Amino acid sequence: MDTLPQLVIRPEFENTDIKDAHTGNIAVELSIVEKIWNINGIRKAVILLGLVITWQIYTVALDVEPLMFPSFLFSLERLLVDLFTGDLIFKIWFSVKVLLIGYSAGMAIAAVLVLWATASRLGSDFIATATAMFNPLPAIAMLPLAMLWFGLGTASLVFVLIHSVLWAVALNTHSGFKNVTETLKMIGENYGLRGVPFVCKVLVPAAFPSILSGMKVGWAFAWRTLIGAELVFGASSGSGGLGWYIFESSQNIETEGVFAGLFMVILIGIVVENVVFRNVELRTVNRWGMQR
Amino acid sequence: MGQDVQAAADNSSAAAAVEPILDVDGVTLQYKTKEHLITATYRVGFKVYPADRFVLLGPSGCGKSTLLKGVAGYMTPVEGAMRLKGREIHEPGPDRVMVFQEFDQLLPWKTVKQNITFALMNGGKCSTQKDADELAMEYIKKVKLDRFEDTYPHMLSGGMKQRVAIARGMAMEPDILLMDEPFAALDALTRLQMQEELLQLWEDTHFTVLFVTHSIEEALIVGSRILVLSPHPGQVKAELNAHHLNHSNVGDKEFSELQSKIHNMLFADRILEDELAAAEGAAQS
Repeated sequence: MDTLPQLVIRPEFENTDIKDAHTGNIAVELSIVEKIWNINGIRKAVILLGLVITWQIYTVALDVEPLMFPSFLFSLERLLVDLFTGDLIFKIWFSVKVLLIGYSAGMAIAAVLVLWATASRLGSDFIATATAMFNPLPAIAMLPLAMLWFGLGTASLVFVLIHSVLWAVALNTHSGFKNVTETLKMIGENYGLRGVPFVCKVLVPAAFPSILSGMKVGWAFAWRTLIGAELVFGASSGSGGLGWYIFESSQNIETEGVFAGLFMVILIGIVVENVVFRNVELRTVNRWGMQR
Repeated sequence: MGQDVQAAADNSSAAAAVEPILDVDGVTLQYKTKEHLITATYRVGFKVYPADRFVLLGPSGCGKSTLLKGVAGYMTPVEGAMRLKGREIHEPGPDRVMVFQEFDQLLPWKTVKQNITFALMNGGKCSTQKDADELAMEYIKKVKLDRFEDTYPHMLSGGMKQRVAIARGMAMEPDILLMDEPFAALDALTRLQMQEELLQLWEDTHFTVLFVTHSIEEALIVGSRILVLSPHPGQVKAELNAHHLNHSNVGDKEFSELQSKIHNMLFADRILEDELAAAEGAAQS
Protein backbone atom coordinates (compact mmCIF):
# COMPACT_ATOMS: atom_id res chain seq x y z
CA MET A 1 0.00 0.00 0.00
CA ASP A 2 2.57 2.49 1.06
CA THR A 3 5.30 1.42 -1.38
CA LEU A 4 4.71 1.02 -5.13
CA PRO A 5 6.86 -1.61 -6.89
CA GLN A 6 10.02 0.12 -8.03
CA LEU A 7 11.90 -0.38 -11.29
CA VAL A 8 14.81 -2.75 -10.85
CA ILE A 9 17.69 -1.33 -12.87
CA ARG A 10 19.90 -4.16 -14.16
CA PRO A 11 23.21 -4.01 -15.98
CA GLU A 12 23.04 -4.11 -19.80
CA PHE A 13 24.80 -6.75 -21.85
CA GLU A 14 25.47 -7.53 -25.49
CA ASN A 15 26.05 -10.94 -26.96
CA THR A 16 29.01 -10.62 -29.30
CA ASP A 17 29.53 -14.22 -30.44
CA ILE A 18 25.98 -15.14 -31.37
CA LYS A 19 27.18 -17.09 -34.43
CA ASP A 20 28.89 -19.72 -32.33
CA ALA A 21 25.65 -21.17 -31.11
CA HIS A 22 25.10 -24.78 -32.19
CA THR A 23 21.56 -25.95 -32.45
CA GLY A 24 21.10 -29.69 -32.48
CA ASN A 25 18.19 -31.46 -34.08
CA ILE A 26 15.32 -30.35 -31.90
CA ALA A 27 12.66 -32.43 -33.66
CA VAL A 28 11.67 -35.53 -31.72
CA GLU A 29 11.31 -38.74 -33.71
CA LEU A 30 7.87 -40.30 -33.51
CA SER A 31 7.60 -43.99 -32.72
CA ILE A 32 6.58 -46.39 -35.53
CA VAL A 33 3.12 -46.90 -33.99
CA GLU A 34 2.51 -43.16 -33.81
CA LYS A 35 3.70 -42.71 -37.39
CA ILE A 36 1.33 -45.37 -38.68
CA TRP A 37 -1.56 -44.03 -36.62
CA ASN A 38 -0.92 -40.57 -38.10
CA ILE A 39 -1.80 -41.79 -41.60
CA ASN A 40 -5.38 -40.77 -42.34
CA GLY A 41 -6.06 -43.80 -44.52
CA ILE A 42 -4.98 -46.21 -41.78
CA ARG A 43 -7.37 -44.69 -39.23
CA LYS A 44 -10.24 -44.77 -41.69
CA ALA A 45 -9.43 -48.36 -42.67
CA VAL A 46 -9.56 -49.37 -38.99
CA ILE A 47 -13.05 -47.85 -38.72
CA LEU A 48 -14.20 -49.73 -41.83
CA LEU A 49 -12.70 -52.95 -40.58
CA GLY A 50 -14.55 -52.51 -37.29
CA LEU A 51 -17.88 -52.07 -39.08
CA VAL A 52 -17.30 -55.13 -41.26
CA ILE A 53 -16.33 -57.32 -38.31
CA THR A 54 -19.42 -56.22 -36.38
CA TRP A 55 -21.58 -57.09 -39.37
CA GLN A 56 -20.01 -60.51 -39.84
CA ILE A 57 -20.24 -61.39 -36.15
CA TYR A 58 -23.86 -60.20 -35.97
CA THR A 59 -25.02 -62.31 -38.92
CA VAL A 60 -23.06 -65.45 -38.05
CA ALA A 61 -23.49 -65.45 -34.28
CA LEU A 62 -27.24 -64.75 -34.38
CA ASP A 63 -27.72 -66.99 -37.42
CA VAL A 64 -29.66 -64.33 -39.36
CA GLU A 65 -31.68 -65.51 -42.38
CA PRO A 66 -29.38 -64.85 -45.44
CA LEU A 67 -32.40 -63.88 -47.54
CA MET A 68 -32.99 -60.92 -45.23
CA PHE A 69 -29.43 -60.01 -44.28
CA PRO A 70 -26.59 -62.05 -45.77
CA SER A 71 -23.24 -62.06 -44.01
CA PHE A 72 -20.44 -59.81 -45.19
CA LEU A 73 -18.26 -62.60 -46.53
CA PHE A 74 -21.16 -64.16 -48.44
CA SER A 75 -21.96 -60.81 -50.12
CA LEU A 76 -18.30 -60.22 -50.86
CA GLU A 77 -17.98 -63.65 -52.45
CA ARG A 78 -20.96 -62.92 -54.71
CA LEU A 79 -19.42 -59.59 -55.68
CA LEU A 80 -16.10 -61.17 -56.63
CA VAL A 81 -17.74 -64.00 -58.54
CA ASP A 82 -19.96 -61.64 -60.55
CA LEU A 83 -17.11 -59.24 -61.08
CA PHE A 84 -14.71 -61.80 -62.53
CA THR A 85 -16.99 -64.38 -64.10
CA GLY A 86 -20.25 -62.52 -64.65
CA ASP A 87 -21.07 -59.37 -66.57
CA LEU A 88 -21.03 -57.01 -63.55
CA ILE A 89 -17.95 -55.28 -64.91
CA PHE A 90 -19.82 -54.34 -68.10
CA LYS A 91 -22.75 -53.07 -66.08
CA ILE A 92 -20.39 -50.87 -64.07
CA TRP A 93 -18.82 -49.59 -67.27
CA PHE A 94 -22.28 -48.86 -68.70
CA SER A 95 -23.19 -46.77 -65.62
CA VAL A 96 -19.87 -44.95 -65.48
CA LYS A 97 -20.03 -44.16 -69.19
CA VAL A 98 -23.52 -42.65 -68.92
CA LEU A 99 -22.42 -40.76 -65.84
CA LEU A 100 -19.40 -39.26 -67.55
CA ILE A 101 -21.48 -38.15 -70.54
CA GLY A 102 -24.12 -36.55 -68.32
CA TYR A 103 -21.57 -35.01 -65.99
CA SER A 104 -19.50 -33.39 -68.71
CA ALA A 105 -22.59 -32.16 -70.57
CA GLY A 106 -23.87 -30.63 -67.32
CA MET A 107 -20.50 -28.96 -66.69
CA ALA A 108 -20.39 -27.56 -70.22
CA ILE A 109 -23.87 -26.06 -69.98
CA ALA A 110 -23.02 -24.65 -66.54
CA ALA A 111 -19.90 -23.01 -68.01
CA VAL A 112 -21.95 -21.32 -70.74
CA LEU A 113 -24.56 -20.11 -68.24
CA VAL A 114 -21.93 -18.73 -65.86
CA LEU A 115 -20.13 -16.96 -68.70
CA TRP A 116 -23.41 -15.32 -69.63
CA ALA A 117 -24.01 -14.41 -65.98
CA THR A 118 -20.56 -12.83 -65.73
CA ALA A 119 -21.11 -10.79 -68.85
CA SER A 120 -24.59 -9.44 -68.15
CA ARG A 121 -26.92 -8.71 -65.29
CA LEU A 122 -29.74 -10.52 -67.04
CA GLY A 123 -27.65 -13.69 -67.14
CA SER A 124 -26.87 -13.28 -63.47
CA ASP A 125 -30.58 -12.91 -62.68
CA PHE A 126 -31.33 -15.94 -64.83
CA ILE A 127 -28.89 -18.14 -62.89
CA ALA A 128 -30.28 -16.92 -59.57
CA THR A 129 -33.88 -17.59 -60.58
CA ALA A 130 -33.27 -20.86 -62.40
CA THR A 131 -31.19 -22.27 -59.55
CA ALA A 132 -33.82 -21.28 -57.02
CA MET A 133 -36.43 -23.09 -59.13
CA PHE A 134 -34.60 -26.23 -60.22
CA ASN A 135 -32.02 -26.91 -57.49
CA PRO A 136 -34.59 -28.12 -54.94
CA LEU A 137 -36.26 -30.29 -57.58
CA PRO A 138 -35.00 -33.89 -57.24
CA ALA A 139 -33.63 -35.08 -60.56
CA ILE A 140 -35.51 -38.37 -60.15
CA ALA A 141 -38.76 -36.36 -60.27
CA MET A 142 -37.86 -35.36 -63.81
CA LEU A 143 -37.56 -38.99 -64.86
CA PRO A 144 -41.22 -39.55 -65.92
CA LEU A 145 -40.99 -36.47 -68.11
CA ALA A 146 -37.65 -37.58 -69.51
CA MET A 147 -39.05 -41.01 -70.36
CA LEU A 148 -41.94 -39.37 -72.14
CA TRP A 149 -39.67 -37.14 -74.18
CA PHE A 150 -36.66 -39.33 -74.81
CA GLY A 151 -37.97 -42.86 -74.26
CA LEU A 152 -36.33 -45.64 -72.26
CA GLY A 153 -32.68 -45.15 -73.04
CA THR A 154 -29.42 -43.41 -72.43
CA ALA A 155 -30.86 -40.06 -73.57
CA SER A 156 -33.31 -40.00 -70.66
CA LEU A 157 -30.56 -40.84 -68.18
CA VAL A 158 -28.31 -38.14 -69.57
CA PHE A 159 -31.15 -35.63 -69.33
CA VAL A 160 -31.73 -36.23 -65.62
CA LEU A 161 -27.98 -36.30 -65.00
CA ILE A 162 -27.55 -32.90 -66.62
CA HIS A 163 -30.35 -31.60 -64.44
CA SER A 164 -28.66 -32.92 -61.29
CA VAL A 165 -25.19 -31.55 -62.13
CA LEU A 166 -26.00 -28.25 -63.82
CA TRP A 167 -27.53 -26.23 -61.01
CA ALA A 168 -25.11 -27.26 -58.28
CA VAL A 169 -22.10 -26.41 -60.45
CA ALA A 170 -23.58 -23.20 -61.88
CA LEU A 171 -24.61 -21.90 -58.46
CA ASN A 172 -21.23 -22.61 -56.85
CA THR A 173 -19.22 -21.25 -59.74
CA HIS A 174 -21.29 -18.10 -59.95
CA SER A 175 -21.06 -17.38 -56.23
CA GLY A 176 -17.35 -18.20 -56.37
CA PHE A 177 -16.87 -15.60 -59.11
CA LYS A 178 -18.74 -13.03 -57.06
CA ASN A 179 -16.44 -13.64 -54.10
CA VAL A 180 -13.21 -13.07 -56.03
CA THR A 181 -11.52 -10.10 -54.36
CA GLU A 182 -11.62 -6.75 -56.07
CA THR A 183 -7.81 -6.57 -55.97
CA LEU A 184 -7.36 -9.73 -58.06
CA LYS A 185 -9.91 -8.53 -60.61
CA MET A 186 -8.15 -5.18 -60.84
CA ILE A 187 -4.81 -6.94 -61.32
CA GLY A 188 -6.29 -8.95 -64.19
CA GLU A 189 -7.63 -5.83 -65.87
CA ASN A 190 -4.38 -3.98 -65.23
CA TYR A 191 -2.46 -6.49 -67.32
CA GLY A 192 -4.92 -6.12 -70.17
CA LEU A 193 -7.18 -9.14 -69.65
CA ARG A 194 -10.82 -8.75 -70.72
CA GLY A 195 -13.72 -11.05 -71.53
CA VAL A 196 -13.16 -14.80 -71.83
CA PRO A 197 -9.37 -14.71 -71.16
CA PHE A 198 -10.11 -12.70 -68.01
CA VAL A 199 -12.62 -15.32 -66.85
CA CYS A 200 -10.31 -18.25 -67.65
CA LYS A 201 -7.07 -16.78 -66.32
CA VAL A 202 -8.30 -14.90 -63.28
CA LEU A 203 -11.86 -15.73 -62.20
CA VAL A 204 -11.74 -19.51 -62.64
CA PRO A 205 -8.52 -20.15 -60.69
CA ALA A 206 -9.42 -17.55 -58.06
CA ALA A 207 -12.84 -19.15 -57.53
CA PHE A 208 -11.52 -22.70 -57.84
CA PRO A 209 -12.24 -23.81 -54.24
CA SER A 210 -15.89 -22.99 -54.75
CA ILE A 211 -16.00 -24.46 -58.26
CA LEU A 212 -14.47 -27.67 -56.94
CA SER A 213 -17.02 -27.95 -54.15
CA GLY A 214 -19.76 -27.44 -56.76
CA MET A 215 -18.24 -30.24 -58.82
CA LYS A 216 -18.17 -32.52 -55.79
CA VAL A 217 -21.78 -31.82 -54.91
CA GLY A 218 -22.74 -32.24 -58.57
CA TRP A 219 -20.91 -35.57 -58.73
CA ALA A 220 -22.69 -36.88 -55.62
CA PHE A 221 -26.08 -35.78 -56.98
CA ALA A 222 -25.35 -37.35 -60.35
CA TRP A 223 -24.23 -40.70 -58.98
CA ARG A 224 -27.28 -40.98 -56.74
CA THR A 225 -29.59 -39.92 -59.52
CA LEU A 226 -28.12 -42.41 -61.96
CA ILE A 227 -28.41 -45.41 -59.65
CA GLY A 228 -31.93 -44.34 -58.73
CA ALA A 229 -32.96 -43.90 -62.35
CA GLU A 230 -31.48 -47.26 -63.31
CA LEU A 231 -33.56 -48.89 -60.57
CA VAL A 232 -36.64 -47.61 -62.35
CA PHE A 233 -35.49 -48.68 -65.79
CA GLY A 234 -31.98 -49.74 -66.58
CA ALA A 235 -32.22 -52.36 -69.26
CA SER A 236 -32.43 -50.73 -72.60
CA SER A 237 -31.28 -52.57 -75.69
CA GLY A 238 -30.14 -55.48 -73.58
CA SER A 239 -27.55 -53.75 -71.42
CA GLY A 240 -28.24 -52.40 -67.97
CA GLY A 241 -26.19 -50.53 -65.43
CA LEU A 242 -25.29 -51.01 -61.80
CA GLY A 243 -28.71 -49.90 -60.59
CA TRP A 244 -30.30 -52.48 -62.86
CA TYR A 245 -28.04 -55.16 -61.37
CA ILE A 246 -29.33 -54.30 -57.88
CA PHE A 247 -32.94 -54.34 -59.10
CA GLU A 248 -32.46 -57.68 -60.88
CA SER A 249 -30.85 -59.27 -57.82
CA SER A 250 -33.71 -58.20 -55.61
CA GLN A 251 -36.27 -59.49 -58.11
CA ASN A 252 -34.48 -62.87 -58.07
CA ILE A 253 -34.46 -62.78 -54.26
CA GLU A 254 -30.66 -62.80 -54.24
CA THR A 255 -30.15 -60.39 -51.36
CA GLU A 256 -26.38 -60.97 -51.38
CA GLY A 257 -26.44 -59.62 -54.96
CA VAL A 258 -28.18 -56.47 -53.73
CA PHE A 259 -25.41 -56.02 -51.18
CA ALA A 260 -22.76 -56.71 -53.82
CA GLY A 261 -24.29 -53.97 -55.97
CA LEU A 262 -24.42 -51.55 -53.06
CA PHE A 263 -20.76 -52.32 -52.31
CA MET A 264 -19.86 -51.30 -55.82
CA VAL A 265 -21.88 -48.08 -55.59
CA ILE A 266 -20.11 -47.16 -52.34
CA LEU A 267 -16.71 -48.22 -53.64
CA ILE A 268 -16.93 -46.11 -56.77
CA GLY A 269 -18.16 -43.18 -54.68
CA ILE A 270 -15.19 -43.50 -52.32
CA VAL A 271 -12.68 -43.84 -55.14
CA VAL A 272 -13.93 -40.72 -56.93
CA GLU A 273 -14.07 -38.69 -53.73
CA ASN A 274 -10.79 -39.83 -52.16
CA VAL A 275 -8.67 -40.49 -55.22
CA VAL A 276 -9.91 -38.28 -58.05
CA PHE A 277 -11.14 -35.19 -56.19
CA ARG A 278 -8.53 -35.52 -53.44
CA ASN A 279 -5.73 -35.45 -56.01
CA VAL A 280 -7.24 -32.48 -57.81
CA GLU A 281 -7.41 -30.68 -54.45
CA LEU A 282 -3.82 -31.52 -53.56
CA ARG A 283 -2.58 -30.24 -56.90
CA THR A 284 -4.64 -27.05 -56.84
CA VAL A 285 -6.28 -25.43 -53.84
CA ASN A 286 -4.03 -27.08 -51.25
CA ARG A 287 -0.89 -26.28 -53.19
CA TRP A 288 -1.99 -22.67 -53.66
CA GLY A 289 -2.75 -22.25 -49.96
CA MET A 290 -6.42 -21.50 -50.59
CA GLN A 291 -7.48 -24.43 -48.46
CA ARG A 292 -5.62 -26.30 -45.77
CA MET B 1 5.48 34.77 -50.94
CA GLY B 2 7.87 36.32 -53.46
CA GLN B 3 10.16 33.32 -53.10
CA ASP B 4 7.31 30.92 -53.82
CA VAL B 5 6.44 32.69 -57.03
CA GLN B 6 10.09 32.66 -58.01
CA ALA B 7 10.35 28.95 -57.30
CA ALA B 8 7.21 28.24 -59.29
CA ALA B 9 8.55 30.24 -62.23
CA ASP B 10 11.87 28.31 -62.13
CA ASN B 11 9.98 25.10 -61.97
CA SER B 12 7.82 25.83 -64.99
CA SER B 13 10.75 26.99 -67.10
CA ALA B 14 12.65 23.79 -66.27
CA ALA B 15 9.54 21.77 -66.95
CA ALA B 16 8.94 23.38 -70.33
CA ALA B 17 11.92 21.50 -71.76
CA VAL B 18 10.59 18.10 -70.66
CA GLU B 19 7.08 16.92 -71.42
CA PRO B 20 5.15 15.62 -68.42
CA ILE B 21 4.37 11.88 -68.47
CA LEU B 22 1.12 12.29 -66.62
CA ASP B 23 -1.09 15.34 -66.77
CA VAL B 24 -4.02 15.45 -64.38
CA ASP B 25 -6.11 18.46 -65.28
CA GLY B 26 -8.94 19.75 -63.08
CA VAL B 27 -10.18 16.28 -62.22
CA THR B 28 -13.32 15.75 -60.16
CA LEU B 29 -13.98 12.16 -59.18
CA GLN B 30 -17.25 10.95 -57.75
CA TYR B 31 -18.53 7.57 -56.72
CA LYS B 32 -21.90 6.36 -55.58
CA THR B 33 -22.71 4.42 -52.47
CA LYS B 34 -26.23 3.14 -51.87
CA GLU B 35 -27.38 6.42 -50.33
CA HIS B 36 -24.86 9.09 -51.23
CA LEU B 37 -22.98 10.51 -54.13
CA ILE B 38 -19.50 11.12 -52.75
CA THR B 39 -17.14 13.62 -54.28
CA ALA B 40 -13.71 12.14 -53.66
CA THR B 41 -11.64 14.85 -55.32
CA TYR B 42 -12.63 18.30 -56.55
CA ARG B 43 -10.79 19.88 -59.49
CA VAL B 44 -7.41 18.39 -58.67
CA GLY B 45 -4.58 19.14 -61.05
CA PHE B 46 -0.91 18.12 -61.11
CA LYS B 47 1.78 17.08 -63.54
CA VAL B 48 4.17 14.18 -63.14
CA TYR B 49 7.50 14.38 -64.97
CA PRO B 50 9.83 11.54 -65.95
CA ALA B 51 11.79 10.05 -63.03
CA ASP B 52 9.50 11.75 -60.51
CA ARG B 53 8.82 10.01 -57.26
CA PHE B 54 5.52 11.84 -57.01
CA VAL B 55 3.69 11.40 -53.72
CA LEU B 56 -0.01 12.00 -53.09
CA LEU B 57 -0.21 12.78 -49.40
CA GLY B 58 -3.22 13.47 -47.28
CA PRO B 59 -5.40 12.27 -44.43
CA SER B 60 -8.00 9.58 -44.99
CA GLY B 61 -10.89 10.92 -47.03
CA CYS B 62 -8.81 13.18 -49.24
CA GLY B 63 -9.42 10.95 -52.24
CA LYS B 64 -5.78 10.06 -52.85
CA SER B 65 -6.49 6.38 -53.45
CA THR B 66 -9.46 7.27 -55.63
CA LEU B 67 -7.24 9.59 -57.61
CA LEU B 68 -4.77 6.76 -58.14
CA LYS B 69 -7.60 4.47 -59.27
CA GLY B 70 -8.59 7.19 -61.71
CA VAL B 71 -5.08 7.33 -63.15
CA ALA B 72 -5.05 3.53 -63.34
CA GLY B 73 -8.24 3.75 -65.41
CA TYR B 74 -10.66 2.08 -62.99
CA MET B 75 -12.67 5.30 -62.62
CA THR B 76 -13.68 7.96 -65.10
CA PRO B 77 -13.63 11.58 -63.95
CA VAL B 78 -16.91 13.52 -64.09
CA GLU B 79 -14.97 16.67 -64.83
CA GLY B 80 -11.50 17.35 -66.20
CA ALA B 81 -9.16 14.92 -67.91
CA MET B 82 -6.17 12.70 -67.23
CA ARG B 83 -3.59 12.25 -69.94
CA LEU B 84 -0.72 9.79 -70.08
CA LYS B 85 1.88 10.97 -72.61
CA GLY B 86 -0.83 13.12 -74.22
CA ARG B 87 -3.34 10.29 -74.60
CA GLU B 88 -6.44 10.46 -72.47
CA ILE B 89 -6.90 7.61 -69.97
CA HIS B 90 -10.07 5.56 -70.50
CA GLU B 91 -9.43 2.09 -69.15
CA PRO B 92 -6.86 0.07 -67.22
CA GLY B 93 -3.82 -0.94 -69.21
CA PRO B 94 -0.32 -2.37 -68.80
CA ASP B 95 1.30 1.04 -69.44
CA ARG B 96 0.29 2.02 -65.88
CA VAL B 97 0.97 -0.80 -63.47
CA MET B 98 -0.61 -0.73 -60.05
CA VAL B 99 0.94 -2.05 -56.83
CA PHE B 100 -1.69 -2.44 -54.13
CA GLN B 101 -1.55 -2.37 -50.36
CA GLU B 102 -3.26 -5.75 -50.03
CA PHE B 103 -1.12 -8.86 -49.86
CA ASP B 104 -3.68 -10.75 -51.96
CA GLN B 105 -2.64 -8.90 -55.12
CA LEU B 106 -0.47 -11.88 -56.07
CA LEU B 107 -2.26 -14.67 -57.89
CA PRO B 108 -2.21 -17.48 -55.32
CA TRP B 109 -2.24 -20.17 -58.02
CA LYS B 110 1.03 -18.97 -59.50
CA THR B 111 4.56 -19.11 -58.14
CA VAL B 112 6.64 -15.98 -57.65
CA LYS B 113 8.15 -16.31 -61.12
CA GLN B 114 4.85 -17.26 -62.77
CA ASN B 115 3.20 -14.20 -61.22
CA ILE B 116 5.70 -12.02 -63.03
CA THR B 117 5.67 -13.94 -66.31
CA PHE B 118 1.85 -13.89 -66.22
CA ALA B 119 2.01 -10.10 -66.24
CA LEU B 120 4.72 -9.97 -68.90
CA MET B 121 2.93 -12.35 -71.27
CA ASN B 122 -0.59 -10.99 -70.88
CA GLY B 123 0.53 -7.38 -70.71
CA GLY B 124 2.24 -7.76 -74.07
CA LYS B 125 5.72 -7.08 -72.73
CA CYS B 126 7.15 -10.45 -73.77
CA SER B 127 5.99 -12.69 -76.58
CA THR B 128 7.85 -15.88 -75.71
CA GLN B 129 7.93 -17.77 -72.43
CA LYS B 130 11.73 -17.82 -72.54
CA ASP B 131 12.02 -14.03 -72.73
CA ALA B 132 9.47 -13.66 -69.97
CA ASP B 133 11.35 -16.13 -67.74
CA GLU B 134 14.63 -14.30 -68.22
CA LEU B 135 13.17 -10.87 -67.55
CA ALA B 136 11.27 -12.18 -64.53
CA MET B 137 14.44 -13.68 -63.04
CA GLU B 138 16.28 -10.41 -63.57
CA TYR B 139 13.71 -8.51 -61.51
CA ILE B 140 13.40 -11.27 -58.91
CA LYS B 141 17.16 -10.85 -58.34
CA LYS B 142 16.69 -7.09 -58.10
CA VAL B 143 14.27 -7.47 -55.21
CA LYS B 144 16.55 -10.14 -53.68
CA LEU B 145 14.08 -13.00 -53.95
CA ASP B 146 16.18 -15.45 -55.95
CA ARG B 147 15.85 -18.92 -54.36
CA PHE B 148 12.15 -18.13 -53.88
CA GLU B 149 11.13 -18.00 -57.55
CA ASP B 150 9.28 -21.32 -57.41
CA THR B 151 7.53 -20.60 -54.13
CA TYR B 152 3.79 -20.00 -53.95
CA PRO B 153 2.71 -16.65 -52.46
CA HIS B 154 1.02 -18.13 -49.39
CA MET B 155 4.43 -19.30 -48.15
CA LEU B 156 5.96 -15.80 -48.27
CA SER B 157 5.99 -13.12 -45.58
CA GLY B 158 4.13 -9.85 -46.10
CA GLY B 159 7.27 -7.96 -47.05
CA MET B 160 8.29 -10.62 -49.55
CA LYS B 161 4.84 -10.53 -51.16
CA GLN B 162 5.12 -6.78 -51.61
CA ARG B 163 8.59 -7.26 -53.12
CA VAL B 164 7.13 -9.66 -55.67
CA ALA B 165 4.36 -7.18 -56.48
CA ILE B 166 6.92 -4.42 -56.95
CA ALA B 167 9.13 -6.67 -59.08
CA ARG B 168 6.08 -7.57 -61.20
CA GLY B 169 5.22 -3.91 -61.65
CA MET B 170 8.77 -2.89 -62.49
CA ALA B 171 9.37 -5.79 -64.86
CA MET B 172 6.56 -4.42 -67.01
CA GLU B 173 8.62 -1.24 -67.34
CA PRO B 174 5.44 0.84 -67.44
CA ASP B 175 5.34 4.55 -68.25
CA ILE B 176 4.38 5.11 -64.65
CA LEU B 177 4.28 2.82 -61.63
CA LEU B 178 1.27 3.42 -59.39
CA MET B 179 1.71 2.47 -55.74
CA ASP B 180 -1.27 2.56 -53.39
CA GLU B 181 0.16 2.63 -49.84
CA PRO B 182 2.27 -0.43 -50.69
CA PHE B 183 4.01 -0.55 -47.32
CA ALA B 184 1.07 0.40 -45.08
CA ALA B 185 0.28 -3.16 -44.04
CA LEU B 186 3.90 -3.98 -43.14
CA ASP B 187 5.52 -3.82 -39.74
CA ALA B 188 7.67 -0.76 -39.02
CA LEU B 189 11.06 -2.44 -39.50
CA THR B 190 10.10 -4.10 -42.77
CA ARG B 191 8.56 -0.85 -43.99
CA LEU B 192 11.80 1.01 -43.35
CA GLN B 193 13.76 -1.64 -45.24
CA MET B 194 11.30 -1.61 -48.16
CA GLN B 195 11.49 2.19 -48.45
CA GLU B 196 15.27 1.96 -48.65
CA GLU B 197 15.11 -0.80 -51.24
CA LEU B 198 12.62 1.17 -53.32
CA LEU B 199 14.99 4.14 -53.36
CA GLN B 200 17.90 1.86 -54.37
CA LEU B 201 15.80 0.43 -57.21
CA TRP B 202 14.98 3.96 -58.29
CA GLU B 203 18.69 4.82 -58.34
CA ASP B 204 19.19 1.96 -60.85
CA THR B 205 16.60 2.89 -63.45
CA HIS B 206 15.03 6.23 -62.45
CA PHE B 207 11.53 4.92 -63.11
CA THR B 208 8.53 7.22 -62.69
CA VAL B 209 6.32 6.43 -59.74
CA LEU B 210 3.10 7.85 -58.34
CA PHE B 211 2.97 6.91 -54.69
CA VAL B 212 0.05 7.26 -52.30
CA THR B 213 0.62 7.45 -48.56
CA HIS B 214 -0.87 8.96 -45.44
CA SER B 215 2.45 9.05 -43.60
CA ILE B 216 4.23 12.40 -43.76
CA GLU B 217 7.54 10.76 -42.92
CA GLU B 218 7.18 8.18 -45.68
CA ALA B 219 6.27 10.93 -48.15
CA LEU B 220 9.43 12.88 -47.30
CA ILE B 221 11.68 9.82 -47.46
CA VAL B 222 10.27 8.21 -50.61
CA GLY B 223 9.04 11.22 -52.53
CA SER B 224 10.86 13.69 -54.72
CA ARG B 225 7.77 15.87 -54.99
CA ILE B 226 4.78 15.88 -52.71
CA LEU B 227 1.21 16.85 -53.50
CA VAL B 228 -0.58 17.68 -50.27
CA LEU B 229 -4.34 17.12 -50.41
CA SER B 230 -7.03 18.35 -48.04
CA PRO B 231 -9.98 16.12 -47.18
CA HIS B 232 -13.75 16.13 -47.94
CA PRO B 233 -13.48 16.54 -50.89
CA GLY B 234 -9.83 16.19 -51.87
CA GLN B 235 -8.37 19.46 -53.09
CA VAL B 236 -4.79 20.47 -53.76
CA LYS B 237 -3.30 22.20 -50.77
CA ALA B 238 0.31 22.45 -51.89
CA GLU B 239 3.02 20.90 -54.01
CA LEU B 240 6.37 20.60 -52.26
CA ASN B 241 9.87 19.37 -53.08
CA ALA B 242 11.46 16.58 -51.08
CA HIS B 243 14.02 15.22 -53.55
CA HIS B 244 16.87 16.19 -51.23
CA LEU B 245 15.54 14.15 -48.30
CA ASN B 246 15.91 10.45 -47.49
CA HIS B 247 16.42 8.17 -44.51
CA SER B 248 19.68 9.78 -43.52
CA ASN B 249 17.90 13.10 -43.02
CA VAL B 250 15.29 11.83 -40.60
CA GLY B 251 15.55 13.98 -37.49
CA ASP B 252 17.51 16.73 -39.27
CA LYS B 253 16.37 20.31 -38.83
CA GLU B 254 15.25 20.65 -42.44
CA PHE B 255 13.39 17.33 -42.37
CA SER B 256 11.52 18.14 -39.18
CA GLU B 257 10.68 21.64 -40.38
CA LEU B 258 9.13 20.34 -43.58
CA GLN B 259 7.42 17.63 -41.60
CA SER B 260 5.80 20.09 -39.22
CA LYS B 261 4.97 22.43 -42.12
CA ILE B 262 2.95 19.66 -43.80
CA HIS B 263 1.53 18.63 -40.48
CA ASN B 264 0.25 22.16 -39.92
CA MET B 265 -1.19 22.31 -43.43
CA LEU B 266 -3.14 19.11 -42.90
CA PHE B 267 -4.39 19.97 -39.45
CA ALA B 268 -4.95 23.72 -39.85
CA ASP B 269 -8.44 23.03 -41.20
CA ARG B 270 -9.38 20.95 -38.26
CA ILE B 271 -8.32 23.61 -35.80
CA LEU B 272 -10.19 26.24 -37.81
CA GLU B 273 -13.30 24.09 -37.90
CA ASP B 274 -13.08 23.50 -34.19
CA GLU B 275 -12.75 27.23 -33.58
CA LEU B 276 -15.69 27.95 -35.87
CA ALA B 277 -17.79 25.39 -34.08
CA ALA B 278 -16.81 26.87 -30.75
CA ALA B 279 -17.60 30.38 -31.97
CA GLU B 280 -20.99 29.24 -33.29
CA GLY B 281 -21.70 27.55 -30.00
CA ALA B 282 -20.82 30.75 -28.15
CA ALA B 283 -22.99 32.86 -30.47
CA GLN B 284 -25.99 30.61 -29.97
CA SER B 285 -25.76 30.64 -26.18
